[in-house]
Amino acid sequence: MTAARTNEAGLRADERLERLKLFGLSSPAILLILVVLVLPVGWLFYVSFVGADGQFSLENYERMIASKSYARIFMTTFKVSFLTTALCVLIGYPLAYFMSQMPERIANLCMITVLLPFWTSLLVRTYAWLVLLQKRGLVNDWAISLGLWDEPIKIVHNLNGTLIGMVHIMLPFLILPVYGSMKAIDRDFMKAASNLGATPRHAFWSVFFPLTTPGLFAGALMVFILCLGFFVTPAVLGGGKVIMVSMKIVSNIELFVNWGAASALGVVLLVLTFLILWIASRFLKLESITAGGH
Amino acid sequence: MVRWLRAPATETQVSHGQRLWLYVLAVIIMVLLVTPTLIVIPMSFSDSQYLEFPPEVWSTRWYEHYFESREWMQATRTSFQTAFLTMLVATPTGVLAAYGLHASQIRFVRAAFVLMITPMMVPLVLVAIGAFYAYVKLDILYTVTGLVMAHTVLALPLVVIVTGAALKSFDMSQEEAARSLGAPRWKAFLTVTLPQIRFAVVTAALLSFLTSFDEVVVAMFISGGDNPTLTRNMFNSLRDQIDPTIASISTLMIVVTTVMMVLAQVFGRQRKPK
Repeated sequence: MTAARTNEAGLRADERLERLKLFGLSSPAILLILVVLVLPVGWLFYVSFVGADGQFSLENYERMIASKSYARIFMTTFKVSFLTTALCVLIGYPLAYFMSQMPERIANLCMITVLLPFWTSLLVRTYAWLVLLQKRGLVNDWAISLGLWDEPIKIVHNLNGTLIGMVHIMLPFLILPVYGSMKAIDRDFMKAASNLGATPRHAFWSVFFPLTTPGLFAGALMVFILCLGFFVTPAVLGGGKVIMVSMKIVSNIELFVNWGAASALGVVLLVLTFLILWIASRFLKLESITAGGH
Repeated sequence: MVRWLRAPATETQVSHGQRLWLYVLAVIIMVLLVTPTLIVIPMSFSDSQYLEFPPEVWSTRWYEHYFESREWMQATRTSFQTAFLTMLVATPTGVLAAYGLHASQIRFVRAAFVLMITPMMVPLVLVAIGAFYAYVKLDILYTVTGLVMAHTVLALPLVVIVTGAALKSFDMSQEEAARSLGAPRWKAFLTVTLPQIRFAVVTAALLSFLTSFDEVVVAMFISGGDNPTLTRNMFNSLRDQIDPTIASISTLMIVVTTVMMVLAQVFGRQRKPK
């Protein structure tokens, strides 16, 4: 009796050890993330609370609250992120819907048009838009020859150019999860709705659309989060007129070598990002967000 | 044509004609998604100082300029080297981690998973300045080693997610069967599990290569000196002017991406039994 019990306890201990060993397989990855990401970011956190005199101080945060220019930067960041997300939803949803309705072969072909830019270098795509939208660029040339406007207009190096570039880059992040949730819908639901007397419009809005909201929500969230920390596209296409938080962080370090100010901004950006993710994770599974991204 | 327009297209009997607007809209969006990048390719073969489309005089002078420039060649070498090494490091590390998390099922697994995917959520600028600071302390700033470490961290979430998903659909009792027949766990993994998730592993490897090859923001901070990456140099010259050489480099980068994607399609996709 006792022998059986010790045996059982021993087996359980063995199993626990085995599981710990297995878990240990992930230690190289965890170690690397700790060294390259977690510890340095933790140090930035610390630096943000150190004043110019080397003592603990909140001056980096106070400056952020007091200064109007910081308020403007946060406003710009939210505005650009919000507009980009909204445009992605307006443009991406119809395309995802179109693809979900097509036969498999055509849908796969259309999918290439989404995946091709998705995996093309972000820098190349930003550069392409810079070339297309510049004053002597293709868009101006064609618009003038078509008579849309008379003189070359400024489309890039401002908010419009930034938005065009960012929507182009973010669209796949929205389309992929939305398409996924549309494909998962049983098409008999629509038949049933129709059979029960719903008009096509009514069936779409009360049956189809609600079933796609998890995908839409996950995609929009991913787009918004990525926009908040975006750097390359606004830096190139914004022409210095669209200053986002990440750009201010970079200039704080590259131009002013002010680690305190840069860190404080970084901490606020990070906290905002995780706050939004945390709130969102109460409504949907974290895995569904990441699965949407890639 | 008219018959097609009148034919019902959906379960709710909307005809093709009634949703012609959707088809037109979708085609416009798809064209807008693809052309901006592709149009760079013909432009890179222009002889002009300014980027023209279509080019009036075709030439390869910008390619010559690129291949003859020592700086660009150096940067290209660094980028390929970094991307290749990142692939070699991130893939086994990530696969091990995904397997460990999947098989151990202990309490910390969820927390560890969240930690593994944080590099995807943290704004890149923060990763960049954090790594910059750490590398100054570790004395590996501007080295390929440092770059590979940082890019591996950025690629890990992809590897863990892709192989983790494959492991979820893999029947672990097959591995248990191998072990009960006397195979040690590592052998059971290598001969039973790994061959069955190999498509996911190949995909993950190619994605890690591309993650590193395309990465700009982190490279801006921690690459430089003798080892700037291609993207870092490109970004710097973009801030100054629109140099047609960039168009030729962009074309080469599109070629690299396309090759990787085709490889992923050929080797990374599990063929469905017909």
